Formats: sequence, structure tokens, C-alpha cells
Amino acid sequence: MPVLARGDAQIWRRRTARESLTRAFGWLLGLAVFAVCWLMISAKTTWFFVFDAPRIAGDIWTRATPPRWEYITQLGRPIWDTLNIATLGTLIALCLAVPVAFLAARNTTPSALFIRPVALLIIVSTRSINSLIWALLLIAIIGPGVFAGVIAIAIRSIGFCAKLLYEAIEEIDQTQVEAITATGASRWQVMAYGIVPQILPAFAGIAVFRWDINIRESTVLGLVGAGGIGLQLSASLNVLAWPQVSLILIVILVAVVISEWVSAKVRGAII
Amino acid sequence: MSDVTLDQMLGKSWRKPAFVKNAALRWTLIVGFVVYLIAAYLTIEVDWGRVYVGLDRGWAFVLAFTSPDFTSRWSDIWSGLLESIVMTVAASVVGIAISIPIGLGAARNIAPLPVYMICRGIVAISRALQEIIVAILLVAIFGFGPLAGFLTLSFATIGFLSKLLAEDIEAMDRVQAEAIKASGARWTQWINYGVQPQVMPRLVGLSIYRIDINFRESAILGLVGAGGIGATLNTAFDRYEYDTAAAILLLIIGIVMALEYLSGIVRARVQ
Repeated sequence: MPVLARGDAQIWRRRTARESLTRAFGWLLGLAVFAVCWLMISAKTTWFFVFDAPRIAGDIWTRATPPRWEYITQLGRPIWDTLNIATLGTLIALCLAVPVAFLAARNTTPSALFIRPVALLIIVSTRSINSLIWALLLIAIIGPGVFAGVIAIAIRSIGFCAKLLYEAIEEIDQTQVEAITATGASRWQVMAYGIVPQILPAFAGIAVFRWDINIRESTVLGLVGAGGIGLQLSASLNVLAWPQVSLILIVILVAVVISEWVSAKVRGAII
Repeated sequence: MSDVTLDQMLGKSWRKPAFVKNAALRWTLIVGFVVYLIAAYLTIEVDWGRVYVGLDRGWAFVLAFTSPDFTSRWSDIWSGLLESIVMTVAASVVGIAISIPIGLGAARNIAPLPVYMICRGIVAISRALQEIIVAILLVAIFGFGPLAGFLTLSFATIGFLSKLLAEDIEAMDRVQAEAIKASGARWTQWINYGVQPQVMPRLVGLSIYRIDINFRESAILGLVGAGGIGATLNTAFDRYEYDTAAAILLLIIGIVMALEYLSGIVRARVQ
């Protein structure tokens, strides 16, 4: 036990001297790295603007309030588009994620040596690139519009859904699968009666969870031209129509809160 | 019971129980979903001609992944990547440092009600606003550059980490904390020896996960002028330099994979 001897008395310490020295050195190193990073950010910052920021923020606030409420009549279609992007994107993603997940799960993959790494690569690469970047790419390929947004959301969601789903598949109870196999069921029947019922609640939960995230992401896809309410946001920002911007932000906030509420309710009902 | 003959029982074949038990709710959901799908399909206009024309470009992009061009724009890529990394590190440090006190305040079992309400309010605001929207506002206020991105990521980190930390503290074992309190510890000692050791493994795990997310997010902040690799990527797409864009995407995927691998190791060690 690490103790500190002070005269005769021995005082309990949490760490030995060597341990605390190593830790102090680690902290120092971390601080140094942080300081270097901060200096690099600071060098690229125009500090005059930063000192002026409170005035600018106040200025934007007075311009943005009150929101231009009558503008909401023009937002119906963009909100519908946003909803479509999120929902259809999630659906396509789920259709593609299910086979990927079955190929990636250790207990259902046909070949752990060749197919599993490919499935994992699909999961990692689609997951690590943001939907805005996918949208940027797809706009260059298939042109701006809602369709590019749907595909961008779909691609981005494959990795997320497949990852959670294959973890759920790996955690299933093997005895049920064995019981179905013992009745002489074929490979597909085992899947339909032994595996699918076990992962169905997880699948529904993942679908709703990802739909909630996709609503958030699809609200900003329009910033790069992929349809939805983000188009209105970037148009209003470009002409500095701050009352419209504040209204759009309120609408986005309400949409996000509603989708989160719906997803929490549905997941609560499933689990 | 005697009325039911064996033949009658045999006549009914077994059917899989439905996922949604309530038949009325099940059919409402199915019908509503089909109606929605038809409505969504009718309102999305897809210019198939444009999509067909774009397929060549899409194929060119896929081919670009086989021969990514790291060299010709290396100085741009490097400076963008460095800026992203710097922003990630600085924002993670500041975000984690701020979210620990807020996380303590947002845990109902150790914070008094007024503090709890304030901290939960901060968490709710930070979670409801998306990174990219926050970045737009901060760029408008603080000017272009990595400072806006740094502030955005710090702000987003607070919402994520505080919420999960608070939930972890609320789920901690009371007995250990009470034992420390019974030994006559001050409030700070109580937190340090009673609460902190219990939540530390999860806090480390979550922090590393958040660094991972911050890096991914920093890749898109450049789209709205908040610094990082996103600006370089956007330029590459705009100039149809797919080989450069592919190089950047490969770098992002590589770094994210490395971070995920690292976080796996660290989490396995602390738990």
C-alpha cells in the first residue's frame, strides 16, 4: 500500500511516488500539446473580430428578432422534403444494412476470413464520412435535389445500422437457434424462426433511433444543395434575411424535438 | 375442453406471433406507412436523365479511389488536416474540462435542484442545436477560421459528454459514496474518492469516443468556413478533382479507423 512516512506516522496515499510522477508528466505533456494547438488556432484568428464579437452578436440578435412568422407558409414543402429525405433514406439504409450485418456477424457470416472483413470495411467507411460530404459527392454525380439527399442519408446510415445490428446478432441466444436447427429446419428457416425473432426488437429500435438522427441531419443537407429546409436556410443566410433565418432555426428545433420525442416513445414501447 | 376434438386442434396451423400485438394498431401502422410511401414517391421529382448522365462521373469517382492523388495538392491537404486535428484536440480538451462540472451538476443524486435545472438546460440546448448550425452562427459572429470550429466542437462536446456522464453518476453505487461520506470527507473529497473512481472508466471511454466524433465533425465544418479539411475537400469537389477528393476521404477514413482502434484498446484497458 502506498504510504507517506512522516516521522513515525504513516499516511495513506492513493498512488506511489513513481505513479504520481508519471501521471504529472503525462498531464504536463497533455498541457503542452493543448498549448501548441491553442497557439495554432490563435495564430489563424483575427482577434479584432473576436473582441468585437459581443457587439456583432447583439446586432444579429436585434436583426433576427422577431422572426418573420408569415414566412412559415413557404416552409411547408421544404419540411415535407426533409421528412422524405430522412424516412426514405432510413428505409433504403435498412434494406442494405440487413445483409451487411448478417455478413459481418461472427455467428452468421458465410466466411469469417474473406467476407467478414469486406462487410466491416463497408461499415467503417460509410460510417466515418459525414452525410454532408456524401451529399456533396452525390450532388456532383447525380445533380442537386432531394434524391441526392435521400441517397446521401442512406449511405451514411448503412454503417451505423449495420454495426448496431450485427452486434445484436452476435448477442443472440444460441439455444433457440439450436432448437430450430434440431427440428430439421433449413438454413433460411433457421434464420426466419431462430434468429430474426430475437433481433426484431433491436432492429425496430435501431430503425427509429437512426430515423431520429436522420431528421437532424437532413435539416442541414440543403446547405450543400441536397434539398429540404436547409435550402431555405442557406438562401436566407445568403441574402442576410435574419428574421427568416431565426424562423427556420425555430422550425428545425421543433422538428428535432418532435422526432426525438417520437423515437423515445417508440423505443419505450418496444423495450 | 372436451368439446374441442383433436381434429379441430390439428386443423389450425401454428402461425408466428405478430410483432405488434394489437391488430388494429398494426393495420393502422401498415396502411399509414403505405399511404405515406405513395405520397412521398409522388412528390419527389427525380431527373433520371440527369442521374444517367452523372453515372459516368460517379464511375470516375469510384475509379479515383484506386488511384488517389496525395501529392499534387499535398500542401493544401496537409494544412487542412493539421487544422482539423488541432481543432479536434483543443475542442476535446476544453469540451471535456467544461462538461465534467456540468455533468456533476446535471446528476440528480448529487446536485441540488436549481443547479440540476440549469445544467440540464445547458445540456438540452447543446444537444438540440446541430454542429453545423452552431458553426454558421459562430462564423457570423467570430469571423472565418478555426476559432469558430473550435468553439462549435467544444459546445457540442459539452452536450454529449455531460448528459452521458450525468446518467452514469445517477446509476452509480450509493454504498461506496456513502462510506466515504461517513468517514467525514469534505464535498470535494467525497466527489474525488467516492464518485470519481466509479465513473472514471466510462468517462475515459466516452471522451475517446467523443474525440473520434469531433474529428469526423471537424471534417465538415470547413464547408461553412469554420476551418479544417472540409474547405479543401469542398474545393476539390468543385474543381472535379476526384483523385484529390478520394485522397482526402481515404485519409479521413484512415484516421477514424485508427482512432476507433485506439479507443478500443484504451477502453479495454480501463474497464
